[in-house]
Amino acid sequence: MKVIATYNIKGGVGKTAAAVNLGYLAARDGCRVLLWDLDPQGAASYLFRIKPKVKGGGEALIKGRRSIDAAIKGTDFDRLDLLPADFTYRNLDLMLGAGKQPARRLASLLAPLKSEYDAVFLDCPPSISLLSESVLRAADLLLVPLIPTTLSVRTLDQLTEFVGQLNGHQPAILAFFSMIDRRKRLHTQIAADLPNQRPDFATAVIPALSVIEQMAVHRAPVTAFAPRSLAGRQYAELWREARQRAGLAACASATE
Amino acid sequence: MSVYETPPPSSALVMTIPAREFVLDRTGSAVPQLLLSASGTVNGSSPAAWSGGNHARSIRRIWLDTFDWRLYRAGLTLEQVSRGGDVSLLLTGRDGAVLADERLTGPVRSAWPALVAALPAGPLRERVEPVAGVRALCPVARAVSKVTELGALNGDQKTIARLAVDQMSVTFPGRGTVPPRLTLTPVRGYQAQADRVCRALGDLPGISTGQDSALEAALAAAGHRAGNRPGKAGGAPLRPSEPAATAVAAILTSLLDALEANLRGTIRDIDTEFLHDLRIAVRWTRSALKLCGRALPDGLVGQYRPEFRWLGELTTPTRDLDVYLLRFPAMSAGLVGAAASDLAPFADYLAVARASAHRRLVRGLRSARFSRLVTGWRADLADVRAPRRKPAVAELAAGTIAAADRRALRAGQLITASSPAESLHDLRKRCKELRYLVEMFGSLHDRAQHWQAIRELRALQDCLGDFQDASLQQAEIRAFAGQMLADRRVPAETLLAMGEIAAGLARRQRKARGEFDARFADFAGAASQARLLGLSGSAAA
Repeated sequence: MKVIATYNIKGGVGKTAAAVNLGYLAARDGCRVLLWDLDPQGAASYLFRIKPKVKGGGEALIKGRRSIDAAIKGTDFDRLDLLPADFTYRNLDLMLGAGKQPARRLASLLAPLKSEYDAVFLDCPPSISLLSESVLRAADLLLVPLIPTTLSVRTLDQLTEFVGQLNGHQPAILAFFSMIDRRKRLHTQIAADLPNQRPDFATAVIPALSVIEQMAVHRAPVTAFAPRSLAGRQYAELWREARQRAGLAACASATE
Repeated sequence: MSVYETPPPSSALVMTIPAREFVLDRTGSAVPQLLLSASGTVNGSSPAAWSGGNHARSIRRIWLDTFDWRLYRAGLTLEQVSRGGDVSLLLTGRDGAVLADERLTGPVRSAWPALVAALPAGPLRERVEPVAGVRALCPVARAVSKVTELGALNGDQKTIARLAVDQMSVTFPGRGTVPPRLTLTPVRGYQAQADRVCRALGDLPGISTGQDSALEAALAAAGHRAGNRPGKAGGAPLRPSEPAATAVAAILTSLLDALEANLRGTIRDIDTEFLHDLRIAVRWTRSALKLCGRALPDGLVGQYRPEFRWLGELTTPTRDLDVYLLRFPAMSAGLVGAAASDLAPFADYLAVARASAHRRLVRGLRSARFSRLVTGWRADLADVRAPRRKPAVAELAAGTIAAADRRALRAGQLITASSPAESLHDLRKRCKELRYLVEMFGSLHDRAQHWQAIRELRALQDCLGDFQDASLQQAEIRAFAGQMLADRRVPAETLLAMGEIAAGLARRQRKARGEFDARFADFAGAASQARLLGLSGSAAA
């Protein structure tokens, strides 16, 4: 089982869109996938038409009063399950802090799912906190969406440095440009140059397109309702790179 | 997860929520429309709507089981499901929950029957292997389905359960059409909502809860029943007052049925148990002719005893080699001095000898003599009528069982520490005769007493069987070694390894001999004897 986290300290950069689409593509490739919507806003849960509610809230999960297994919901797509968001996740930091070894808690919660899933996607809230550290310790790959600006790249460098200082397990990092506005020269220039200069950047870039925003209307991944659109193709390319970087072995071949 | 859904990755051990089955009492393609029209109107608002149902896809299914239904009797159902180019094996439990799902990615297996070893390694094989044992998996039913899938949606338009409408046509073991079957599979995490859909479906006119599994329904449509064991020798159902002549004829006819049921599998060499069961039917027949033949019309026994003796002898060489080959892995594993690989030339030798013996067996079973035997035997048994002076079968059973018991006791009481092996062999034959009689007339006995008597008899038989098998196999392994030396195709290390096996067999024989006195004392004890004679008494009553 590989754990892939979509993470950025900033909000509105395309973390949820990436998690939802890559999770769907992984399932379509034959992998058994769980997506954990860790963001109390519950956008990923909404996109899969699943109520952002966990019985007993985040505390029940973190303290082990309720098994993760019992909280999982099946999506409308084969092999793709979701662990819904809950508004109490806004306090996950406090809940983690109240227990032992908080930084390792997420990894230990996911461990029993090892035989059931090939890939777990963690859709993280925008923050840098105890939860973020727990995510970093659990993840095999950090997928970092960035808007192509100089400041964003600086944020990535800070994150890379932070990960480098972790004792023991360190996740691989794959950054990708997201929400690229092709009318902005700076966007297109940075998006064209950096992936060639830095190995931690994916070559696939996700443009800012209305079809991605339409996910909220269709309540489905763009890769499901418009797989041949530019966005669909770019997410497919991003998944190919992420999968390779995560070292996810071939699941059964696609059946559709 | 159900048979209708996209299969998971290969070699997956699957945990699923059991699906619920319904049966429609109507046919035709209007089923999905019936459901779609019922959306939101049934049981208040559950489901809010149905999605899909616009097109049907074709699924081909082959249900697999051993000839004697070992999987079915263990509560397992194994089926090969083909959807387009996608083929998988699905193992389900008693409640319909999927236990394992194996996607067949290599060349599609269509050459059933096959031994379990032909299944891809993985959780499915691990579940099936201990149940099927040495028996091959054979197709027990085939069907083609048109499946229409619908999603039950809740108020958020989220799928909470999947419904498959299966219109199945059976093509084997006979032709038939199964009433449309509905399978409702809850989506994970939506069990409670799916339960409401389930209740709503149950309330629809013309729908009832399915009692039979898909396999049972397919077999019923083809005029068959799961779990029948046509190849097993067993006593025919008898009434105590029935005339002995017709009762013995009924027993012998059922043994002939068992013999013929195993004939095709023996000739095609599907697995070793077909021959084993065929031989059991022959042995019982020979014993019945010898011990109960006096109840049959004059001349019949004299005519057929030599023929069944010929048939028994025809089957012996192949079975003896089968026994060797079946025990080969255990024998190899038991080697201490030699390596298992040292025995490879011996295994090759046995395999060649077995193939040759099987060819001779097949020639015999396809011969005019065999054909005359079974045809004539069936016709003659059908002609058996009760004579004017007609002893009842209960009387015959009581007399023959008591006499066989006396012979076994006498043979056993003569055995001392210095008796030759032949004395134990002779006792074994007497015990077999007694056991066959007890089983043949089993329908006349009190069930609990019957099984207790069988258990006690079997304990002695196992000891005697161990003794004789080890004795015979030592003689055989010496003969094999001599033959292999004469053929100049045996390395020294193989002979040494065979010597080690022979030494192991000698130890086994000594152990069995050491246990004999206690086992015989149990059998000859007052309690066991009272039970056996009680059987005879209950048969006579």
